[in-house]
Amino acid sequence: MSVARFWRKIPQRYNLIGTVCKTCGRHFFPPRSFCPDCRRSGEIVEYKFKGTGTVVTHTIIRTASDQFEDLTPYALAIIKLDEGPRITAQIVCTPEDVKIGMRVKGTFRRIAADGASGVIYYGTKYVPDE
Amino acid sequence: MVGIITYGVYIPRYRIKVEEIAKVWGANASDITGGLGVFEKSVPDLDEDTATIAVEAARNALLRRNIDPVKIGAVYVGSESHPYAVKPTACTVGEAIGSTPRMMAADFEFACKAGTAGIQTCMGLAKSNMIEYGFAIGSDVAQGAPSDALEYTAAAGGAAFLIGRQDPIARINHTCSFTTDTPDFWRREGQDYPRHGGRFTGDPGYFKHVEGASRLMLEELGKSAKDYDYAVFHQPNAKFPQKVAKTLGFSIDQIKPGLVVPRLGNTYSGSCMIGLAATLDIAKAGDRIFVCSFGSGAGSDAFDISVTDVIESADFNRASAPSVEFLLKNPVYIQYAQYAKHKGKIVMQE
Ligand SMILES: [Zn+2]
Repeated sequence: MSVARFWRKIPQRYNLIGTVCKTCGRHFFPPRSFCPDCRRSGEIVEYKFKGTGTVVTHTIIRTASDQFEDLTPYALAIIKLDEGPRITAQIVCTPEDVKIGMRVKGTFRRIAADGASGVIYYGTKYVPDE
Repeated sequence: MVGIITYGVYIPRYRIKVEEIAKVWGANASDITGGLGVFEKSVPDLDEDTATIAVEAARNALLRRNIDPVKIGAVYVGSESHPYAVKPTACTVGEAIGSTPRMMAADFEFACKAGTAGIQTCMGLAKSNMIEYGFAIGSDVAQGAPSDALEYTAAAGGAAFLIGRQDPIARINHTCSFTTDTPDFWRREGQDYPRHGGRFTGDPGYFKHVEGASRLMLEELGKSAKDYDYAVFHQPNAKFPQKVAKTLGFSIDQIKPGLVVPRLGNTYSGSCMIGLAATLDIAKAGDRIFVCSFGSGAGSDAFDISVTDVIESADFNRASAPSVEFLLKNPVYIQYAQYAKHKGKIVMQE
């Protein structure tokens, strides 16, 4: 990932800034500027997601690319945010503890770093919402 | 009157017991816990650092009170373990709480008292109407060299205090500092671990400065220890704050709610501020709190604080963010090998 590409997505990565269609109420994350349901009558505005959701399905990653190798084993899940959209994200906890239907909430974590001298990428991961 | 508008704390979930570290180095664990009064310390997760801890502490503070983040005109983060040598942690925090771009920001460094220096800076800005609110944050993932005395206590955690004028939950009546050039503890640029003057650090470092600032404060206000309900001192271990409290005339009951070090370790810039947060967790309107931080190099910041009735009002909800006690409960204990990996002490092949 380039530094510029990461930087442009900071609002999404730090604060879950997506969009909502005011016409039909459908939420979009990542943000979309066009509602596929309402088409030209849709009115899209910025929306900050609450960061809470439910685990739809999950897996344990035991072999990862170089950047994430330190973290293995870790749980990766598809999470349905309370507003509707589904996202794929890491759940930080003992991987075996992740269950379908588990409630989770966003937490601010280090996502990756470009080696010892490069940029550190921060963003949102999820923790069990006890 | 300038004061604390809201506050929040974050402590990572992992702990390592002092006896686990002692085992690795063939040291006597009961001698160490007996000498320090510390039994375990917090350890950051693999993806946690000073910035993530600062963000979580600030977000927890904002859960307790409805504050428009755009009105937060300053963010100062004090730490001796900023993730970058050059690139401010304060910018990441400001972005993550939605206060950018119209805000002042800088990172502070003054060993364990960089966070309280941030409180003083925000007090000045708020008092002079330059800002409506300012965040002062102390956050650290403290590093102790393997087998060094500091390794038994160097912990991870942080606290965020939002400072402002309007309806504070606690007024800050007065602050003063006591500062000298004292080489009791330091870390040179590019070095992984700090060095310290060993036994030298107690008397000319901690005790001289904490007593110095505390006596200045009491003299300037014409107060004594008995005028306070609670007192919080910097806690590099459990022995130093208890000793200095006794010297100044404070009782164990006064310092007990804020003495978090036995189960937490020394969170450096977070230490005294987490102690103050733990005290605010149980404080009632009208309580008076004495606070004195310490940073090697060396200096102390003293504060005289009065809790207001706003803390018990509908404008403030203590229970909507985790208390220090909640964050200290149910830790996940790890062994030295995992700890070494978490703290980046294992040298990997490039
Ligand atoms: Zn629509």
